[in-house]
Amino acid sequence: MPADVFAKKRRNSLLLFLLIGAATAVSIIITEFSIAKGVSSVPKAIQWSLSNFYPTKDSLIKLPDILIKLKETLLISVAATTIAGILAFAFAILGSNTTRVNGFFGGFSRGIAVLFRNIDVSIWALVLLFSFGQSSLTGYFALFFGSFGFLTRAFIETIDEVSSSSVEALQTTGASYLTVISQSVIPSTIPQMISWVLFMIETNIRNATLVGLLTGSGIGFTFNLYYKNLSYDIASLVVITIIISIISIELISNYVRRVIL
Amino acid sequence: MKTLLEVKNVSKQFGNGTKALSNIDFTVKEGEFVSIIGPSGAGKSTLLRCINRMIDATSGEIIFDNDHVYKVNKRELKKVRRKIGMVFQHYNLVNRLSVIENALHGRLGYKSTLAGILGLYSEEEKLQAAKVLQILGLEDQIYKRSDQLSGGQKQRVGIARALIQNPKLLLCDEPIASLDPNSSKVIMDHLRNICSSMGITVVVNLHQVDVALKYSDRIIGVNGGKVVFNGTTQNITSNDIHQIYGSDEGKLIFDLGGSHAG
Repeated sequence: MPADVFAKKRRNSLLLFLLIGAATAVSIIITEFSIAKGVSSVPKAIQWSLSNFYPTKDSLIKLPDILIKLKETLLISVAATTIAGILAFAFAILGSNTTRVNGFFGGFSRGIAVLFRNIDVSIWALVLLFSFGQSSLTGYFALFFGSFGFLTRAFIETIDEVSSSSVEALQTTGASYLTVISQSVIPSTIPQMISWVLFMIETNIRNATLVGLLTGSGIGFTFNLYYKNLSYDIASLVVITIIISIISIELISNYVRRVIL
Repeated sequence: MKTLLEVKNVSKQFGNGTKALSNIDFTVKEGEFVSIIGPSGAGKSTLLRCINRMIDATSGEIIFDNDHVYKVNKRELKKVRRKIGMVFQHYNLVNRLSVIENALHGRLGYKSTLAGILGLYSEEEKLQAAKVLQILGLEDQIYKRSDQLSGGQKQRVGIARALIQNPKLLLCDEPIASLDPNSSKVIMDHLRNICSSMGITVVVNLHQVDVALKYSDRIIGVNGGKVVFNGTTQNITSNDIHQIYGSDEGKLIFDLGGSHAG
């Protein structure tokens, strides 16, 4: 009966809603979180920010130092992402169902990608800290490993989605494996791959701040230094430069995307 | 006339145990236009792909132009493949490349890996591509990107890519299934013309019984992975067609020799 179907659907929606509500309530009780307190502290936080967290004229002296660190962080993010992209492309070719050489390499490269993707960039930073110490190299590798896992996955899906039909067509002409890759897979997937790399660069620039904080390098370290010294004016200047650079990078990559896609 | 393709006792079983083809037997003579018809899921596409080993048959033998397709090594298989052009339902072009680049892909089987990777084509090859595209009525589209073309035009690029291989055999997998009646006619006329005037053998999977009757010299009916009919277009009866599709008398739409025999 159609009427029953609708009634059942309504019942299910109500049940789902009640379940989510209950979960929220239980979580609030366990963590002793007070919504009223939380909301009422927001104006206080804003008030504190407005009275302390803004750059002053004196803090501008530090701007050249900040910009050097910012430049270093941006370049490391870009380098980590592009190198990871090249390696990810090789792994994606082996891992994609369309272009894989055999099941063993397919499973192997997919497995590596899953492993690297599921370890967060902050975990990588902390783990690598033991091997490389407090240096930019640690930050570089943390970003590199995270991007490599993500990009391999994204590239595999792009290859399977975009180029499987033309790969089949080129195989029937008797073309060799590498010819098929260069004449079919690369031309049909390159714009989407560049788009993914740009996305990853944006994400990595955001992550680089956190990674720098953890590994004691780059702009993240600079922020941490001034923040802990209670030099809130300089710390706020750091935040502003980071925001400006992230927005400009995003605008540039949106433009590039529009042109190539 | 000489036999070009011999399919002997070919069977295909997929991993999960479903039998797509069982004991398929037929031959195709040089210069013939053969249509394979049958209901969806009968194994027509699998059969076509077993011929050039895009799908490997489980058992059986295929002899194409005196080569045992299932006994050759990888290198020789590529040589066999370049003598067999293939046309697809969804055209399978590289959409971001130009029409002539897609057509030239048909030459890749003749190239060394390095020349193939770099896409180095000789002047003659480019002229040949331009000529084939002109024959197919695409002279104004040569430098357009393939994704700007209509479906019928894309299919003609697909045919050009196959012809530039200088094939002896053209395998067409549902070449008109995604096209409107107008473009369908253009494509079928070109295929018939390729067969009659260039002497290239054509084997085509079709869903439209009418089209198969009109264009083919011979019809092979496939149902449930078996050949249930194999005969000339003149000799096929309404009863045969109903048997191919496993349906009762009068339940199909087709037109046999001008009289409404459906």
